[in-house]
Amino acid sequence: MYDGGKIIVGLVIGLCLLFSPYFFNAGRAAKAPQPELTPQAKKAKVCVAPTEWIKANHMHLLDTWRNSAVRDGERYYHSANGKIYYESLQTTCLDCHSNKAQFCDQCHNYMDVQPYCWTCHFAPTPKEKSQWKSIEERFLK
Amino acid sequence: MEVDRRAFLKIAGLSGLLALGGTAAFKLFAPGEVDAAMEAVPLTEAKQWAMVVDMQKCWAKQKEGECKDCILACDYVHNVPRYGDPKDAIKWIFEEPYEDTFPEQQREFADENLKKLPFLLLCNHCTNPPCCRVCPTKATWKREKDGIVMQDLHRCIGCRFCMAACPYGSRSLNWVDPLVEMKDRDPRFPYNPDYPVRSKGVVEKCTFCDQRVDRGMTPACVVACKKKNVNALTFGDLTDKDSNVRKLIRENYTIVRKPQLGTGPNVFYIMRGNYA
Repeated sequence: MYDGGKIIVGLVIGLCLLFSPYFFNAGRAAKAPQPELTPQAKKAKVCVAPTEWIKANHMHLLDTWRNSAVRDGERYYHSANGKIYYESLQTTCLDCHSNKAQFCDQCHNYMDVQPYCWTCHFAPTPKEKSQWKSIEERFLK
Repeated sequence: MEVDRRAFLKIAGLSGLLALGGTAAFKLFAPGEVDAAMEAVPLTEAKQWAMVVDMQKCWAKQKEGECKDCILACDYVHNVPRYGDPKDAIKWIFEEPYEDTFPEQQREFADENLKKLPFLLLCNHCTNPPCCRVCPTKATWKREKDGIVMQDLHRCIGCRFCMAACPYGSRSLNWVDPLVEMKDRDPRFPYNPDYPVRSKGVVEKCTFCDQRVDRGMTPACVVACKKKNVNALTFGDLTDKDSNVRKLIRENYTIVRKPQLGTGPNVFYIMRGNYA
């Protein structure tokens, strides 16, 4: 083998680089996300469905909602707990879970999912909510 | 008891109807409290929503001083961006002069004022909408229950077939990302926390405020016009012969945009012949 030494040294360096992330992070688990509930969400106690089910299936529920609300014009969700909710990610979900960064994004980042809901739907800030009140007052009340 | 064929069919049909009606009634009156934040249930129903525009009232108001409240209210309610550049413009309810609104209804010796006078334009929610026929993803369709030409932006792929098909210019493509482009132009954007914005590359238009209509409210432009005591815009059911819009159409001479195309526009313009 010509230049055998150089090739083997190169291979070893290459393999070291390839596996370096494993060496660096050995024994250190990435911090599991801990979604925070807002005081409002804590007070409400119940979500539109049981918490465990929501944790696993909220994306399916939202997919159903967007079809029934937009396509069928049926905008009210009859929850199993007897309550009726307006089917809206932005109005209903984010009303309680107004802390999108601590509640939604944390898990989404951990799982490395980029739901494209957020290209159009946004978490309203308190400033936006108060400025909307004055706009509503001016034009619609 | 003898039941002949005829009686049997009658009973079967009636019980079928009852069963259907029963489930509907059950759904409607099912026990449950509406969450405090969302008290409204649909109050208004129609087979075909329509609008009657009385520009004379609007022009009278404009003489006192500029009023664009219907356009502003719509833009705020639906987070419609304003970029200033007409190439990027997103239009829901907007103004055009008479000669562009009714291009085929020009008269050489008509009142000179008329040609320049502005008309309010919006989606005509056609009875026979060409935009819906060409949409390859069914992202736009005519709602069976009330005739609103709806759009599902989750499905829009931005092919712009509907823009080519619409003879009224009621549809606009988002050439740029509104959230990014509006950041410096208007710090208040997005205005309405209850309504989403759009992503780059989808087509949007007036939806007769479907989200308000579904909750028993009239469209934002109509409310804004009423609030100014102008009442140039009237919204109602075209299929009900006693409705407010049918009354206006019966008692006034009205025209629609490009009727010869057979799209069946449902926005009517009252013409009174006084353009001073």
